[in-house]
Amino acid sequence: MIHLNVNKELHGSQGEMNLNVDLQIQEGEFIALSGVSGSGKTTLLRILAGLEEAQGNIRVHQEKWLENKKALSVQKRKIGFVFQDYALFENMSIEKNLLFVNDDKELAKKLLQTTELYELKNRYPNTLSGGQKQRVSICRALMKQPQILLLDEPLSALDATMRTKLQNELLTLHKEFKTTTIMVSHDPSEIYRLASRVVVLDQGKIINDGSPKDVLLKTQGSQKFSFWGELLEIKKVDVIFVAIVAIGQQLVEIVISSDEAQALIVGQKVSVSTKAFSPSIS
Amino acid sequence: MDFTPFVLSFKLAALTAFILFVIALPLAWYLSQTKSKAKPFIEALTALPLVLPPSVLGFYILIALSYNSPLGAFFQEYFGLKLVFSFTGLVVASCFYSLPFMVQPLQNGFESLNKNMLEASYIAGKSRLQTILFVALPNMKPALITAIIITFAHTVGEFGVVLMVGGSIPDETKVASVAIYEMVEIMDYSMAHIYSAIMVSISFVVLLSVYIFNAKQHKRFGL
Repeated sequence: MIHLNVNKELHGSQGEMNLNVDLQIQEGEFIALSGVSGSGKTTLLRILAGLEEAQGNIRVHQEKWLENKKALSVQKRKIGFVFQDYALFENMSIEKNLLFVNDDKELAKKLLQTTELYELKNRYPNTLSGGQKQRVSICRALMKQPQILLLDEPLSALDATMRTKLQNELLTLHKEFKTTTIMVSHDPSEIYRLASRVVVLDQGKIINDGSPKDVLLKTQGSQKFSFWGELLEIKKVDVIFVAIVAIGQQLVEIVISSDEAQALIVGQKVSVSTKAFSPSIS
Repeated sequence: MDFTPFVLSFKLAALTAFILFVIALPLAWYLSQTKSKAKPFIEALTALPLVLPPSVLGFYILIALSYNSPLGAFFQEYFGLKLVFSFTGLVVASCFYSLPFMVQPLQNGFESLNKNMLEASYIAGKSRLQTILFVALPNMKPALITAIIITFAHTVGEFGVVLMVGGSIPDETKVASVAIYEMVEIMDYSMAHIYSAIMVSISFVVLLSVYIFNAKQHKRFGL
């Protein structure tokens, strides 16, 4: 069990904010930490790692990592941390990056083989692609056989194919090493695929906590499809009105009535939903 | 031809560079990491030798190290060290004079490092010293080389402070720059030409090698 109850004053972009989080985490859970930027996700991760000071209590199993202001040093916490920008040791080969953490050649070999990097073990980080770098970074974080693996938006800088590949590897490693994993992520599909629990932060407070299905599926009542998007334009085509809405990366056209056209304002956040029908996916 | 002034100059420069490296490393690290309000004051203090006339610096050092000052008396009494008009005195004076040339490149080097990389080293369980030695310094080789070589070269090139604190004692404090000054004074222009030409060529070669090294590092690591 991990008990976390921390408090910290933050000077964010929206002025003063109080990060106040109380969490109980089961061993082996895969938690996704979500929320708008500036909500305190990364800070929470850094407090857990010991990279940032805070008040409160952190207890990991029987060990006290933080008690009031007395903190266990970052070096002594059994933690793995994966940064968004990889943060590899540029002066060391891939294998050395892993061995620097823990001089266990067998474990390094196993990790590099799992992530298909063993052939590259003598290469230097600046010769690798982003996806390869992030896999090295994940391997490096696991070299200490951490009790908690912390990932700060690990895949957000990668393209979609690479992301899917790494998501699968992450899940494999999470299960194999039986770590408790906490990952900051904005990507609903990523969260749904990986996490067993989602914690949503806003303004430093937990506003939602539950299974990915409960938290992420935004349909209510009898709606089958429901998307949030931004209204870009309303066009008059003969006698009808067509709204152009940006949903995720896609633009869609939706026919609306003249009353609706009057009520809607371009730039507004709108919900596009439909009730029971039988769509075909091809 | 007498090469002792050159030998003295390079001995002085090498010692100064070594001592300053040991002193400046923790100072530059502190300045690069601290958020303390004292930072600008310390930075201004370490940069002072850049703007002060060497005579001012030399004068204060002379006063501070002379036998009449408590510090000078202490070293004389307990270690038998004479700190003015001696080689030891030159080393002490050079360390003050060249301090910013060691601190500033190192501090810039530390500040340009990816903070997450340093944190990754702490998370890996490494102490601050291990992190500096095995992660920070190897990833800022251009800054490191610049700091050491420029400190060395600047010490070879110093004149005013050396003259005030060391005078011109042959085989003891008469370094190349002072020797050239004396030759000009006694109008021995031919020797002054030879000495000066040697100084120009050595300095050029040293600087050139720094720039070539840094250019190669840029290519290799994209630093």
